[in-house]
Amino acid sequence: MTLRTSPEVGGMGHSIKRKEDPRFIRGKGTYVDDVVLPGMLYLDIVRSPHAHAKIVKIDATKAMAVPGVLAVITGQDLAKYNLHWMPTLMSDTQMVLPVEKVMYQAQEVAAVLATSRYAAADGAAVVEVEYDPLPAVVDPHKALEPGAPVLRTDKKDKKDNHIWHWEWGDRAATDRAFAEADVTVKEQIYIPRIHVASIETCGCIAHFDKVDGKLTVWMTTQAPHAIRTVFALVAGHVGLAEHKIRIISPDIGGGFGGKVPVYPGYVIAVAASVLTGKPVKWIEDRMENLQADSFARDYHITAELAGKKDGTLTALRIKTLADHGYTDAAANPSKFPAGLFHVCTGSYDLKAAHVEVDGAYTNKPPGGIAYRCSFRVTEAVHTIERMVDIMAHQLGQDPAAFRMKNFIRPEQFPYKSALGWEYDSGNYGGALQKAMDGIGYAELRREQAEKRKRGELMGIGISSFTEIVGAGPSKHFDILGLKMFDSCEIRIHPTGKAIARFGTKSQGQGHETTYAQILAEELGIPAADIQVEEGDTDTAPYGLGTYASRSTPVAGAAAAVASRKIIDKGRKIAAHLLEVAPEDLVYEPGKFSVKGSPNRSKTIQDVAFAAYTNHPQGMEAGLEAVSYYDPPNLTYPFGSYICVVDIDKGTGEVKVRRFLAIDDCGNIINPMIVQGQVHGGLTMGLAPALFEEISYDEFGNVQGGSFIDYLLPTAVETPKWETGHTVTPSPHHPLGAKGVGESATVGAPAAIANAVVDALWHLGVRHVDIPITPPKVWKLLREKGVTE
Amino acid sequence: MRVQVTINGEKHEADVEPRLLLVHLIREVLRLTGTHIGCDTTHCGACTVILDGRPVKSCTVFAVQAHEREIMTVEGLEQNGALHPLQEGFMAEHGLQCGYCTPGMLMTSHAFLAKHPAPSEDEIRHAISGNLCRCTGYVNIVKAVQHAAAKLRETAGAGGAR
Repeated sequence: MTLRTSPEVGGMGHSIKRKEDPRFIRGKGTYVDDVVLPGMLYLDIVRSPHAHAKIVKIDATKAMAVPGVLAVITGQDLAKYNLHWMPTLMSDTQMVLPVEKVMYQAQEVAAVLATSRYAAADGAAVVEVEYDPLPAVVDPHKALEPGAPVLRTDKKDKKDNHIWHWEWGDRAATDRAFAEADVTVKEQIYIPRIHVASIETCGCIAHFDKVDGKLTVWMTTQAPHAIRTVFALVAGHVGLAEHKIRIISPDIGGGFGGKVPVYPGYVIAVAASVLTGKPVKWIEDRMENLQADSFARDYHITAELAGKKDGTLTALRIKTLADHGYTDAAANPSKFPAGLFHVCTGSYDLKAAHVEVDGAYTNKPPGGIAYRCSFRVTEAVHTIERMVDIMAHQLGQDPAAFRMKNFIRPEQFPYKSALGWEYDSGNYGGALQKAMDGIGYAELRREQAEKRKRGELMGIGISSFTEIVGAGPSKHFDILGLKMFDSCEIRIHPTGKAIARFGTKSQGQGHETTYAQILAEELGIPAADIQVEEGDTDTAPYGLGTYASRSTPVAGAAAAVASRKIIDKGRKIAAHLLEVAPEDLVYEPGKFSVKGSPNRSKTIQDVAFAAYTNHPQGMEAGLEAVSYYDPPNLTYPFGSYICVVDIDKGTGEVKVRRFLAIDDCGNIINPMIVQGQVHGGLTMGLAPALFEEISYDEFGNVQGGSFIDYLLPTAVETPKWETGHTVTPSPHHPLGAKGVGESATVGAPAAIANAVVDALWHLGVRHVDIPITPPKVWKLLREKGVTE
Repeated sequence: MRVQVTINGEKHEADVEPRLLLVHLIREVLRLTGTHIGCDTTHCGACTVILDGRPVKSCTVFAVQAHEREIMTVEGLEQNGALHPLQEGFMAEHGLQCGYCTPGMLMTSHAFLAKHPAPSEDEIRHAISGNLCRCTGYVNIVKAVQHAAAKLRETAGAGGAR
């Protein structure tokens, strides 16, 4: 991509340093827990030790005797205001605090309000709750068996634990393709329950001002505007109207999807503040965060792939059981209960596909949110990339050559997939070839063959993923009815500086920098002269927030469109100043000049000043614009990753020796930030591939509920990532950009799993579920007769 | 209990409960909010501060244990308006994203470089392995520490020559 601006202006393609960093490296960021208000109270939450139990009695006597404790709030208290249940983003219902029974271990049971953090914790420790345990339903398969205890007894007429059935694609054509196939492969793939575990947990400060009747909530949220509307809809009946609600999302210490939902703690804090008229702070601890906040994934997948003898793939068939916990609290666009899982044909030119998903209730925390990915895309990519690898191995073909043969070819774009998506652009072979050349694929295969002769276990894994991000076109995409546009509002000040506000919310992605670069690219105003603000619903334009890699595809596009509106008006002002017709001017970033007389020109700064001091008669003063951008399509970032692993036969440890990621996110705004996003995404791909899982024992006791046993990779386990890119612009995005924050999380696990299976295939191993832990591999090796 | 600590060269006194955690003394009593809390169980390192030259996780130290001792927090890195080479390194190498783990990373690295002025990449990775970062994938944090180490060696060399 050619640079249109100088480094001083810092438009697209410049690795300018981040505007956020000066405050963060000084410890001067403002995260939610850093906010302290006069007279603030603290909330702590009593949680259930049982996965499923009737609540017989809650005795607050001892808690109320703790100095500093002001109140113990129960479901009965909230029921008086009809606030004990709330809707989920998937239009299911979730308890704020229970009245009758608890549905998972660590569920909120009561809340203690006190004058200090320590007093609230002391109070919570001595609230006495009497439970009558009920049988826990842990396995989603068993949950759907006849005779399984029905969990959602609150729903009249609910006779089982089945939530919904969803299917997509042409079943008959797919069945026909399978019947005609020369070769088919079938595999059970479990993609376990994991947690985003951002280093900052969730929390809020709710402050209801009784005098002006306004509620302000500082909150760890990725979607402040949507939250405001949800609060107004849910609490309208107790007098909270939307113009009296202000959500402030300050600096956020990582989101990754975990800060999209509304958790009960937020609602209790709001209720407590409305009742007391005092600010109320609720900050969860790490164990609460891991055990009770929305989980990701938990998909039990049966996948089948069909092909011809020569290795041409023809069809894909998938059946999936989705464990949603006790309520469907996924954060998907309303129309898609399984998210965008039906991008599961991936990068391959499959002529037929059919996918079915069934949701089940179990006695586990609710969720189904993303883990740094766009609505179930990792599940889709992991499935197709594993299946393609299995088919290649089954046919005795090299997995790279096999992919090359089956890729959608560059000339097929825009490409309509068998499951109905229109892929915008791609060059999958180009990315894979670059990865193969970069890592020395042929040489690695030779090394592997030699090592295998010596009995050493080395594997090479490929993942050639296609993502689907930037939700989304309003025709298909909404959350609770709110269309998934996003926004940018620009004000150019008289002296040529600017402020731009957005409906999204950065959680570390660096929006203050990259959005300023988009404006710099379009307006020619130096990025340093542009202030970017997000996260305050009283000032920012309405938008759906940051998740699913939608900020660049949607709000970034809004920034370009709003900038172009500024330029349209600026052109008229410049024409007035230069006494020529607007159409006689040519524009390059930051400058209008007269066609054929480049010396006769006005800068954007001249124009800005004139907009307030010398604007043409009949034109409104000022230089401002707003755009609510409704994307015409999603964007489809892609890439090819190659991973090299060595497996220790003695311990079963998988050591990632090398990992090269070639990403294509279209045109790049800031190469430094893109590379940083890829590094982080790769690490969040490595994590579930090798380490992270939240599982439950037969009684519904959580395993992996603290950092003691939920293992985040440290600097020691994390490889030295190698990165590179190709550039295939999106044809429909105003900047040709696609979004990159989640690509690596989506693509990396399959590369690692494929490398492990590649190392073990000759032993008769076809598949290993992630996380591929040393005990799992050790056991597998012993089963296959491999000893140290 | 009366506790007296020196933080970033400044003496502070406070009346605290014996059970008050050092991180709460720093954040809530003294309102130095650069030090963060990420796990309460000594795993994540977001709360790392330097106590008498050693990095400690301040969520697992009582405030009273710091009585009459010297503490350094992220707010103490910048001196007379000049950023510390570690701060410069983290900005130059894109060693931070959300910024939440950053103060702890800076403190651990600061204590480490004081004892290991010319570390290998592997030594840096082990040194920061008690600090979790969910955003960066560590590659650029390692580069940031190397950046600072080189700068500090340069400064020390120049100082030695004088």
